[in-house]
Amino acid sequence: MNLLIFTPVLPEIAITIVSMFLLIIGVFKKNEKTYSTISNLAILSLLVVLFLIFSGSVPKGVSFGGSLITDSFSLYLKTLILTSSIIILIVSNIYLRNINLLKFEYIILVLLSVVGMMIMVSSNDLISLYLSIELQSLPLYVLASIRNKSSKSTESGLKYFVLGALSSCILLYGLSLIYGYTGSIYYNEIASNLSEYDVGILIGVAFTLAGFAFKISAVPFHMWTPDVYEGSPTTVTAFFAVAPKIAALGLIVRILITAMPNLIADWQSILILLSIFSMLLGAFSAIGQRNLKRLLAYSSISHMGFALMGVINGSFDGVRSLSLYMLIYLVMSLALFISIIALKTNDEHIENIEDISGLAKINPVMALIISILLFSLAGIPPLAGFFAKFYVLYAAIDAKLYYLAIFGVLSSVISAFYYLRIIKVMYFEESAISFDPISKRLKTIIYLLTAITLLFFLRPSIFINFAGTASASLFI
Amino acid sequence: MDWPILSTIILIPLLGSLTILLINSEDEIGNRNIKIVALYTCIVNFLASIFLWVNFDKLSSEFQFIERYAWLAENITYHVGIDGISLFLIILTTFLMPFCILASWTNVKNKIKDYMVAFLILESLMIGVFCALDLVVFYLFFEACLIPMFLIIGVWGGARRVYATFKFFLYTLSGSVLMLIAIIYIYIVTGTTDVTILSGYDFNYSIQNWLWLAFFISFAVKMPMFPVHTWLPDAHVEAPTAGSVILAGVLLKMGGYGILRFSIPLFPIGSFVFTDLVFVLSVIAIIYTSFIAIAQEDIKKLIAYSSVAHMGFVTMGIFTFTDQGIQGGVFQMISHGLISSALFLSVGVIYDRLHTREIAVYGGVVKKMPIYAAFFLVFTMANIGLPGTSGFVGEFLTLLGAFKVNLYVAFFATTGVILSAAYALWLYKRVIFGVITNDEVEKLLDLNLREYIILLPFVLLIILFGVYPNMVIDLTATSTTNLIDNYNYAIEQYQSHLVSVNLEIGT
Repeated sequence: MNLLIFTPVLPEIAITIVSMFLLIIGVFKKNEKTYSTISNLAILSLLVVLFLIFSGSVPKGVSFGGSLITDSFSLYLKTLILTSSIIILIVSNIYLRNINLLKFEYIILVLLSVVGMMIMVSSNDLISLYLSIELQSLPLYVLASIRNKSSKSTESGLKYFVLGALSSCILLYGLSLIYGYTGSIYYNEIASNLSEYDVGILIGVAFTLAGFAFKISAVPFHMWTPDVYEGSPTTVTAFFAVAPKIAALGLIVRILITAMPNLIADWQSILILLSIFSMLLGAFSAIGQRNLKRLLAYSSISHMGFALMGVINGSFDGVRSLSLYMLIYLVMSLALFISIIALKTNDEHIENIEDISGLAKINPVMALIISILLFSLAGIPPLAGFFAKFYVLYAAIDAKLYYLAIFGVLSSVISAFYYLRIIKVMYFEESAISFDPISKRLKTIIYLLTAITLLFFLRPSIFINFAGTASASLFI
Repeated sequence: MDWPILSTIILIPLLGSLTILLINSEDEIGNRNIKIVALYTCIVNFLASIFLWVNFDKLSSEFQFIERYAWLAENITYHVGIDGISLFLIILTTFLMPFCILASWTNVKNKIKDYMVAFLILESLMIGVFCALDLVVFYLFFEACLIPMFLIIGVWGGARRVYATFKFFLYTLSGSVLMLIAIIYIYIVTGTTDVTILSGYDFNYSIQNWLWLAFFISFAVKMPMFPVHTWLPDAHVEAPTAGSVILAGVLLKMGGYGILRFSIPLFPIGSFVFTDLVFVLSVIAIIYTSFIAIAQEDIKKLIAYSSVAHMGFVTMGIFTFTDQGIQGGVFQMISHGLISSALFLSVGVIYDRLHTREIAVYGGVVKKMPIYAAFFLVFTMANIGLPGTSGFVGEFLTLLGAFKVNLYVAFFATTGVILSAAYALWLYKRVIFGVITNDEVEKLLDLNLREYIILLPFVLLIILFGVYPNMVIDLTATSTTNLIDNYNYAIEQYQSHLVSVNLEIGT
């Protein structure tokens, strides 16, 4: 047997082996230092894999008989997923120590979930699609409830699990219909067999999209998001907000564009509805929130609606805009979540918007950083968030979906209101609370991510070309 | 010329703000240094902009001091340059800034560092708005101005500052997002967002109306025009003095500038079709807001409403598409920038002493502050448009343009001049003259040296521009003539197109 056919999936194999190895260490050596050792090893191995991908050492091509594909698009998304998980692991190291939750299982679960996500963006048939989604989800259910002494965390885990299982059923049903009507599980064969028009296949596509919508928490499959975001430990929330969504969006793009290009008129109308409802509901519901994590949950719903606009046209410009959107969204929301993690009063992490009132007086630098990130999320130029929105709107207008673009900008005006409210609390109100000093490592990460957000406009072409080359590989 | 002078003028305030960030603001000396750095930065920038004026070629109808660097895409470049219209708006901006810093010298006490940084960043962005020759670059600067202004009103404003600043931000943002969609549409259709290339482009006539509307809504909110003017009084009242000055002096001019730079050259047919709408809105603004101004009890609110009325003259003048009208519109923008800023600075002077803007509290101020009363008189008269002040030239030219085009519009707009005399003189009477009823007024001291330095240049300039308006008009003439020629050419094409369509229907 020629082992070389496995080289395109070497990153996934490597991380799986590392996670098993770390699991063994964790089980047999239980003492104070185990957590940091395992964490450092995990971060190191992810960094090595990230470097391999970035340096172009991972060959492109298909493996496992066409089930998995490694191309520029999947490598791009893997870069994003790995970057976000490395940052999350570094931050978790500090955060979990604070809340006294140093469980080494946490790291193993993150690693396994990362493997799932990496296979998700590489999957090229229905089986690997379903299996990777499950591999990604199961560790996340456990991660949501890892704080097993807190009722909110347990609740969020249970809720996530039950609804996630339901959505998997819907997805599986949809996939089985697609298989039944096309007679194949491979994307390229599905695409060529789809020429015959059938109602059954449409139901299949609708169910599949419903299952995906759950994963990216698009309305009306968003119910779990606020509760899960609120109940989970904040690092897990940050992870939820970024990595699985990038993976799921990548998966949606690939299946829609490579397997169902003929059905564009049908899935387009479903996606338009998902997009409009997500943007509007996310924007309106966030207005009434007091809890920062719940607010960010609704904000992420709104952002996912916005990102979906990029998929709708099924064009190169659309996919490029989506890829860019995910990159910028990753930077902004990770930075914001880490800032929330970094702010503590007497060892208590902040929860509500009121907790940061008067921050501008006590810690002007952090207040400025959070404001930059919020203005960026609201899409105010010249910050990075503006460019993300610009390209997505470009894709929507290019598809002549003017009303969709108008809904998009209107929802971003509404969203601006609640982002501004947080800035108002920090700047316009006084408070006597003091904040604990922020650790150097967190500071470095926050500064770095904020610098990208702030200075993006100086050389936007770097990132745009990066996203562009990745997206081009889908349209060969 | 090789030196990138426009980018330098945009960057100087940014560099100044970075320097201020490095200064320690813990003690008195640090705070003093911050103010001095801010002041010098603004003065240097003012001198740099004078350099533009000196080297400006007034006979050329091309954009000057052009810079162009690759940026977002092949045809979305960092492209800046100025013509006669933008030249004076840039100078107005750099001229007002040192006075804003001086006006905040003593009355801003908390977070002085953030305050100065916000102002300097705002200056960069405002200059960028007036230089940009690319729609995306323009939008970038135009929208980014919201961020520092939001903080200036919100952090250093009055009692209802949160309401006012949210209203300001959300009004302006909702106005301009439609412009963003229009910009992207233009990019998709034409493949470029460069204004110099686009001004020769013939947009489809029906599409042009939509694009014009999308741009107009954004500029109308910024101007502000009736009926979207309601954010302005709130923002003005709550903003600190320097914030009001910048708001009235520069930010409002972005709307008028946008119409001149983008709406008319890019969408001449749209401008032609909607002329009557603009006339009606302008006349309503002039008369209606003047009446509202009469009834105000807050000095700043009164001036704010009078600003809306004066901006009505600007839009009316521009949409006459006559030499006098557009020249008058540009002149009125610059003159209003000086007059309203001077009025707000004057209000700031007495507000610093008594901490109230209520008209009823004052009365008899002339007995205690005679020099101040004299200054305030000049500004009031300029606001009314007395001959010999710059206010007269702007109003006269715009009205002259209007008389040439539409008698009714001119007639109703002229009543606005009478109304402005009514509210301005009555304000002056109630604040300055009369018997002193308030003990606090008894204790008032006249202008100190700093205030004297702030107000004197305004008096000189208002009278200078009033007596010798050619200083400005000479330089804007070529640009306006060029604008009108292009507009007339497009309209001729349009009308011959309409005639040919009618002929086809006839046969």
